[in-house]
Amino acid sequence: MHQTYEIVVKKTLTPEISLISVSAPLVAAKAKAGQFIILRVDEDGERIPLTISNADPEKGLVTVVFQKIGATTMALDQLQQGERLHDFVGPLGQATEVENLGRVAVLGGGLGCAIALPVAKALTEAGNTVDLIGGFKTKDIVILEDEMKNACTDLHICTDDGSYGFNGFVTGKLEELIASGVKFDHVFAIGPLMMMKFACKLTEKYGIPTTVSMNPVMIDGTGMCGGCRLTVDGEVKFACVDGPDFDGHKVDFDEVIARNATYRDFETRAKEKHACRLGGGAMNG
Amino acid sequence: MANMQMNKTPMPEQEPNVRNANFKEVALGYTLEQAVNEAKRCLQCKNPACVGGCPVGIPIPQFLAKVAEEDIAGAYEILSNANALPAISGRVCPQENQCEGKCIRGIKGEPVSIGRVERFVADWAAEHGIANVATAPKNGHKVAVVGSGPAGLTCAGELARMGYDVTVFEAFHTAGGVLSYGIPEFRLPKAIVAREVANLEKMGVDIQLNMVIGKILTITDLFDMGYESVFIGSGAGLPMFMKIPGEALIGVYSANEYLTRINLMKAYREDAATPILRNKKVAVVGGGNVAMDAARCAKRLGAEVHIIYRRSEAELPARKEEVHHAKEEGIIFDLLTNPVCIKGDETNHVSAITCVKMELGEPDASGRRSPVVVEGSDFDIEVDAVIMALGTQANQMSYNGTPGLEKTRKGCVAADEKGITSVPGIFAGGDAATGAATVILAMGAGKSAAKSIDEYIKSK
Repeated sequence: MHQTYEIVVKKTLTPEISLISVSAPLVAAKAKAGQFIILRVDEDGERIPLTISNADPEKGLVTVVFQKIGATTMALDQLQQGERLHDFVGPLGQATEVENLGRVAVLGGGLGCAIALPVAKALTEAGNTVDLIGGFKTKDIVILEDEMKNACTDLHICTDDGSYGFNGFVTGKLEELIASGVKFDHVFAIGPLMMMKFACKLTEKYGIPTTVSMNPVMIDGTGMCGGCRLTVDGEVKFACVDGPDFDGHKVDFDEVIARNATYRDFETRAKEKHACRLGGGAMNG
Repeated sequence: MANMQMNKTPMPEQEPNVRNANFKEVALGYTLEQAVNEAKRCLQCKNPACVGGCPVGIPIPQFLAKVAEEDIAGAYEILSNANALPAISGRVCPQENQCEGKCIRGIKGEPVSIGRVERFVADWAAEHGIANVATAPKNGHKVAVVGSGPAGLTCAGELARMGYDVTVFEAFHTAGGVLSYGIPEFRLPKAIVAREVANLEKMGVDIQLNMVIGKILTITDLFDMGYESVFIGSGAGLPMFMKIPGEALIGVYSANEYLTRINLMKAYREDAATPILRNKKVAVVGGGNVAMDAARCAKRLGAEVHIIYRRSEAELPARKEEVHHAKEEGIIFDLLTNPVCIKGDETNHVSAITCVKMELGEPDASGRRSPVVVEGSDFDIEVDAVIMALGTQANQMSYNGTPGLEKTRKGCVAADEKGITSVPGIFAGGDAATGAATVILAMGAGKSAAKSIDEYIKSK
């Protein structure tokens, strides 16, 4: 029989970003930082990958944070506490390699902060000194600040418009720390492709090994479709099984950025259609 | 007295120019009269060669005799006792190389169309609400089956019939494996796959979806949970690419991705949540059944479709019937042609595929004449999508890291023809053990493994 998955906790973090904790005890028992799940909202739904933000094996809950960017995430946001997801598969991908590297910086961009959070937490637990640098467009959309503070040694919030914390991008903050004499042994960058690309350019300049978390278009998440392929060090890799973490200095970002636009027209149409069904309200905010 | 008609009773099918614009089943199936007429062509050989050609050993003359007598329920019982998925194998088996290839009637005329009669019997039973779901009393032994494709479903069905408590673990949200994600609706309607799966559930098989074995649970975990034996039927799902420039462009698909979007995710429907690019001109690289399926799907989505294959028509690995259907539907075959690169426009969308002409040289290791490049023959075919249908390789996710489990050089599970692996209690079959092959060979392997599992558990 088809099992469904209860949304036990639902929080609206910003008008655009929500958090859900889903009852999936077997997934929660195995999930590690850096891994992802694939979910479907309903019987005819699209499969979308979301990186795990937290796993609580005792309560059997898996938490993901998502941004309402397309029809599926909008439909997902319509579900309330107590309602159920049709499908929830995981944990997929390789876990982030967590070891004591010394002094590390974890960069989270916007929604990426939700994924950077468990990575920072695991690195802190492994004995690292962790600078968590979280970037947002503006003060109003800063998410998970308390959780992030507890997951690292030093939290640095940045806003693009300077309305809160450091005025500028996460790469700006990272460079400032490096310039002030901090010697980072490793950088983890998690967020929009552009942010990861520029973080890698920066760390390459300073010779700091950098891990990025890739989340391209995929269907099955088990290596079957090959849709999530990307070029790393001249070789084709599948983000779903070989990743999602890769050596950021070896990823061909321009290729991934181009491929990510494959269904942009379709997404725009679907989003408009969905917004129409919701009376247009979902497009605002 | 047998019906000595030389040719097969024709099966009605949709007109090529109608069907190439819809996803409904191409072949419409026999009527009772047509099935009886065809079944009467069987000579009822004392030593039937056809049975030897069947990977699941269906007593073919016996079920055909029942059909000839118009006892379809009787025919179904014989058929379904030997074959857990007759409506499926009747549609997708390469009968010309198996049962029908051995049929004595094929020497002077056409063989008996065993596949079409098999399909008729299975569909007739379903229409009449008959399902062979009887099982032996529960024996209290638990077996886990990894993967719900043809190997896994067959193995599960056989074991359930013997009284085992069987749980099937499927990674996708729908059971069926390649029957659901790979083979298109117009060759194998998904309602039929769902019907066969529902029959297994009626036999008490527990099918757990969204369970990626190797991730959520390992094979070792399954033994710890009390399963006494595990059958690995997780297929060979990793798509291959050519490693030529341009394969990362927008519009380059693996056949797996293209077919999964269309078949499993229903992207061909206007209201589907899952997108697929609606292309104008598509190149499908490869000459197997999967290439034909992808090409015929692209055609149905409105594209001009070219099959690009490096050898000649004689070497096409696809079933003759599939090639014939594809040609009828207007697929263009660019044979003795091989891609060397894919070109893109300024927005990174595919704009052309550059190919070279080939000629056939000496036979290679596979016995086929190997293609040799004609120097300086480069030319471009303008296309906006390329589908790579080059075959698949082992996906080791479900079994990687299982202590003591030996693998083949290509990374498949090393298993003999009985499905026995290097670890007692672990059995394997289908593409996971052999690499990419056919649905019926997987079904045969699932059936043999079920027998081995029964012997193993009884001997414990």
